[in-house]
Amino acid sequence: MRQVKPLRNQRRSIVLALTALTIAWLATPSALADWPQFRGPQSNSVATGQQPPATWSESENIAWRADLPGRGPSSPIVVGDRVIVTSSSGVKQNRLHVLCFDADSGKQLWHRQFWATGRTLSHPSSANAAPTPASDGQLIFAFYSSNDLICLDLEGNLKWLRGLAYDFPHAGNDVGMSSSPIVIGNVVVAQVECQGDSFVTGVDKQTGEPLWRIERPHEASWASPVVAGGAKDQDAFVLLQSPSQLTAHDPVSGQLLWSYDESCDGISSSVSLDGVIYAASQGTTALRPKSGGPVDVLWNESRLKPGAASMLIADGRIYQINRAGVLSCAQATDGKILWRTRLEGEFWGTPILVGNRLYAISQDGKGQVVEISADGSEGKVIGTSQLEGTFQCSPAVADGALYVRSDNHLWKIAAP
Amino acid sequence: MHRRPKQMLWIVAWLVAGGSALAQSNDLAPSLDVLRNVGREGAGNRQASAAWSQLMSYADADQLPTILAAMDEANPLAVNWLRAAVDAVAEKHVQNGGTLPTDALESFLEDKRHDPRARRLAYEWIARTDPSAPDRLIPQMLDDPSIELRRDAVARVIAEAEQAASDEQPAAALAAYRKALGAARDLDQVKLVAEALAKLDQPVDLNHHFGFVENWRLVGPFSNVGGIGFDTAYPPEKRVDFSAEYTGSDGPLRWIEHHTDDPAGHVDLNKALGKHMGAVAYAAVEFHSARRQPAELRLGSPNAIKIWLNGQLLATAQAYHANNVMDQYVGRGELVEGRNLILLKICQNEQTEDWAQDWKFQFRVCDALGKAILDVNRAPPNVARNKPNDKPATE
Repeated sequence: MRQVKPLRNQRRSIVLALTALTIAWLATPSALADWPQFRGPQSNSVATGQQPPATWSESENIAWRADLPGRGPSSPIVVGDRVIVTSSSGVKQNRLHVLCFDADSGKQLWHRQFWATGRTLSHPSSANAAPTPASDGQLIFAFYSSNDLICLDLEGNLKWLRGLAYDFPHAGNDVGMSSSPIVIGNVVVAQVECQGDSFVTGVDKQTGEPLWRIERPHEASWASPVVAGGAKDQDAFVLLQSPSQLTAHDPVSGQLLWSYDESCDGISSSVSLDGVIYAASQGTTALRPKSGGPVDVLWNESRLKPGAASMLIADGRIYQINRAGVLSCAQATDGKILWRTRLEGEFWGTPILVGNRLYAISQDGKGQVVEISADGSEGKVIGTSQLEGTFQCSPAVADGALYVRSDNHLWKIAAP
Repeated sequence: MHRRPKQMLWIVAWLVAGGSALAQSNDLAPSLDVLRNVGREGAGNRQASAAWSQLMSYADADQLPTILAAMDEANPLAVNWLRAAVDAVAEKHVQNGGTLPTDALESFLEDKRHDPRARRLAYEWIARTDPSAPDRLIPQMLDDPSIELRRDAVARVIAEAEQAASDEQPAAALAAYRKALGAARDLDQVKLVAEALAKLDQPVDLNHHFGFVENWRLVGPFSNVGGIGFDTAYPPEKRVDFSAEYTGSDGPLRWIEHHTDDPAGHVDLNKALGKHMGAVAYAAVEFHSARRQPAELRLGSPNAIKIWLNGQLLATAQAYHANNVMDQYVGRGELVEGRNLILLKICQNEQTEDWAQDWKFQFRVCDALGKAILDVNRAPPNVARNKPNDKPATE
């Protein structure tokens, strides 16, 4: 017969169990997955917590700098105490690198290399390591323009790999591809849209085995998939953006949920927040999905036209940099433009917002920090910094530090 | 069924590599076999993941040559599994203060029957722990089947040439540049050397060097309106008859002879056949090979393409105006001794942008490393067209 413990002991056991669970949860990488993918955990380029410094240089507010073995527009990601970055090298850009650094010291913990199995050509301004890797907090999913998809754990152990262009030899774009993968539940979603074999696939994140594959328009797209929908996993869906449409899909089956058949930007990705999709379409268009039917168009603002960088959204405001380097701030409720300010340089990387500071890094390494006034009516550049190199990444942010990479180096920018 | 020689090689290497590690090598075999058996669309990934973990649990640095040898004749996915294993084992060993088995790795490197990428990987780990490795090993790699080892060797010879030129020793510089040109396979190195030789009044016929085909027979336009032409087999695809008359999109068509003097061997179809959009052109050449030999048919074009060799379709790409570089598309086949018929299909679409008006191609025949295979009847180099002020061949 089972012995019943006194209530007091039961409570103590429960408390101990919860404490242990909490400690275990805190110790798992997923709990510390600070910036696990392109544009951060919510794909909206917004972080909370301590702000990185407003200015930096090689001799000021640089915690460390690490050398990189190759080029890459891809962005660093931060998983717990580790910073992961990809690059590509070689005359033909056919050498693929995944590197892991200790976030505190900048020490390189491990380095894995692979050979591309797909096409490696790109415009000179890009490189094979254009997509940003993604992580679920325990596994890393590195993706490349050559459509090689590689899964490693945080210790650098290879879990699986796929050559999507080895499977489908006409998948590729000689201008380069840049769509970053996402992880949703047990599925890694990789978007391979081009003039040849054009598709999106969902693969089992534990094995790399294909779960679904859907045909896509035979046109080049550089935009990245976005997790959208409700706060609960079961309500989430995948947004796929092509130049001719924006579609929503069930992440488990890939099944089409709805389609918005209007022209969209081929590079700049959309954002989803609180049930509204802010689509990079005909400028910017706000959409609200309806269950079982087409989307409602809430508003459109043609003057909110993103450049290569994607928009970000926070506190009811949209921020966007256009091809001329003009930063616009607009109301998320109706698209009304509140203010504009010109930044210096050309921007490939998406800026990020930490509290009331927006951090933007131009292609030539000029960092500009814009402080947003409390009521959002004004944005003012409060810091300008310069690092040497070519920068196409979007910064990652974690624990008050900013991580940026050029074609040669990875920096941790943080106050001492 | 007979195993291929390289497959046998990796098995032999697995048996002998590491000397005293023979017993351990035997232990690696099941795991390596699993890694070698991964396939398309994720096939074998589950098993490979377990095998890779198992390999990490007991493989040691002495067994690196065994893992490297498993890359011989392996498919590209398997090669990546194996490469990751080599790197992980070596990295862990070095981080723990161990020394790598450089003698065994050098033996592996020296055996050119092994996979070129595996040999390069062996070299890189040797060089990581032995600073003398580049000076000791690379100078012997000028004719190496590894394109990366060869490139490093060429770079050293170029540096020697530049030093000689700087020291005002033109004869030594010339000899070194010539040596580098003979070994170089990468476009950037060839261009650099050619420019240096031109300054020494020794211009290089780069069209000849690369083997760009300059004399063609062309016919077109056939219709590609709405993109229909790419998959439409017009009469030249069924039978190449240089005396035939066809019905094209604008009327009757006949083959015309065309010679290009372009410094990079481009054939501009807008000039040769007239400006057309939504159009298909065919280009054919009778290519005479000195012997039966494997060959790569390499094509650069901003247009959608197909490549046939002796009636066999070797490569297709239905992409328009997405880059245009030398050797962009590669068809692998075998030349027969004597006459070979090469047929290209070059499709232009109907985009209206300024940057989408090119309708052209650049083509050559070469070996797997990129050395030109020339038609036996090709005229000798014409260095006069590459005087110092001429634009050197580029993509």
